[in-house]
Amino acid sequence: MRLVAAAASLVLALVAGACTSFYEVPIETPIQPKMDVSGFQRVLIAGFLAGGSEDVDANLETVRLLRSQLRSKSSLRVIDADVLPLLEIALDQQAVQDGAAGTNGNGSPAGDGAETASNGQGGGASADASTVRIRDEKDLEPLETIFANVAYWKKIGEEFQNPLIVTGSVLFIPHARSGFVQREQEYFDQLGRRRVVPVRTYMERKGFILRPKFVFIDGRTGATLYSETFREEILYSPQQATPALSSYFELMDRLVPSFLSTLSTQKIRGSRILLK
Amino acid sequence: MIRRLFAAVLLAGLVAVPAAADDARDRAKKYVEFGIAVAQKGLWREAIYRWEQATRVDPSYAAAYNNLAIGYEHEGEFEKAREAYEKALELDPQNQMVRQNYELFREINDRATRSRSR
Repeated sequence: MRLVAAAASLVLALVAGACTSFYEVPIETPIQPKMDVSGFQRVLIAGFLAGGSEDVDANLETVRLLRSQLRSKSSLRVIDADVLPLLEIALDQQAVQDGAAGTNGNGSPAGDGAETASNGQGGGASADASTVRIRDEKDLEPLETIFANVAYWKKIGEEFQNPLIVTGSVLFIPHARSGFVQREQEYFDQLGRRRVVPVRTYMERKGFILRPKFVFIDGRTGATLYSETFREEILYSPQQATPALSSYFELMDRLVPSFLSTLSTQKIRGSRILLK
Repeated sequence: MIRRLFAAVLLAGLVAVPAAADDARDRAKKYVEFGIAVAQKGLWREAIYRWEQATRVDPSYAAAYNNLAIGYEHEGEFEKAREAYEKALELDPQNQMVRQNYELFREINDRATRSRSR
C-alpha cells in the first residue's frame, strides 16, 4: 500500500514538474550603502593611527589599499595626496592638550626601552613618533581623541576642497594561540580504501589580529559622520612561514567588502528561478 | 418554455465562467512568457511591467507573482519583492521553487536591513 502511495506521489511530482516550466536566471541584487555620500564628489583617505607589528607599515598599506579599492569600486573621486603621519600629529595634539592642562607625565619608558603612547612624554613636550609604540587598544585610546578634533579635520577639509575624509586606526598585532585543533587525517583500511578521520591534536599556532576602525568625517564641518570597527584574526600552523604583509592583505581582503558597502552600492550575485 | 430558457442560460453561464478564467490565465501566461524572454536579455524593467500586467489580468497566478518578486529584487525594491513573494506563496504554498527563491531573498534582505540599521 505504502509502495503504491509513494509511486503515485512520485508520478504526481513528475507530472507537476513537467507541467511547470522554469528558468534559472542570474540576478544582481543591489544593497544600498550604509552612508549617504551624495553630498560628496571626492574622498580623501587621509591616514591612520597604526600600531602593532613593526613588519608592516599599517598606515601606509591601509591608505594605499583603500585608495585603490575606491578608485575601482566607487563613484567618488579619490584624492591622491601624501599620507598623513597621523600618529605623529595625534601625539603633538596630545602634548599640546597636556601642556594646556598643566599636567606632567612621568615619561617612564616601557620595558624594552620604547615608549608606549599612553605613558608617553607629557608636559607639553611632543613624544617622538619613531620611539612610541602602539601595542594594543589601551595605547591607542588616548590618541583617538584626534578624530573628535573638529577644527583639525575642518582645516584638512578646506585644504582639499571639502571632501569626505576617511581616517581611523589600524592595529595589526602578532598573536599566538595554543590548544587542541581538529584536523582530518587520511589512512587506508585493510581493503586498501582511503579513509579520512577527524583527529584532535595539540598545536601552538601563530598569526595576527587585525583591528581596524574606520572613521568617516565630513570635510566641510570636521564632524564625524560614521565609524565602524572590525576585527579579524588568522592563525597558522608552526610549519607555515607566512610573511606579515601577506597576512595583513589576507585579513584586509575579508574586510574590504564591508568597508566599500559603507560608501557605495554593492551588488550581490545570485540566481533565482523564474516560473511559467 | 421558460424552464428551458432558464436551463440554457444557466448552462451558458456555467461554461462561460471557467472559460473566462482560462482566457485570463492564457493572457497572463503570454505576459509571463514575454517577461521571462526579456528578463533573460537583461531588460528587467520591461519584464517587471509585463509581470505586473500578468498579475492584474490573473490575480491568482502564483508564477507571475514569483517572477515579479524576482524582478523587484533585482531592482533593489525589497519591500515590493517581499510582498510579491508572500503573495506567490499564499497562492501556491507547496511550490518549492518559490520557497527557495523567497529564502534566498530573505537572506539578502536581512543583510541589507542590518547594514542600514548599524
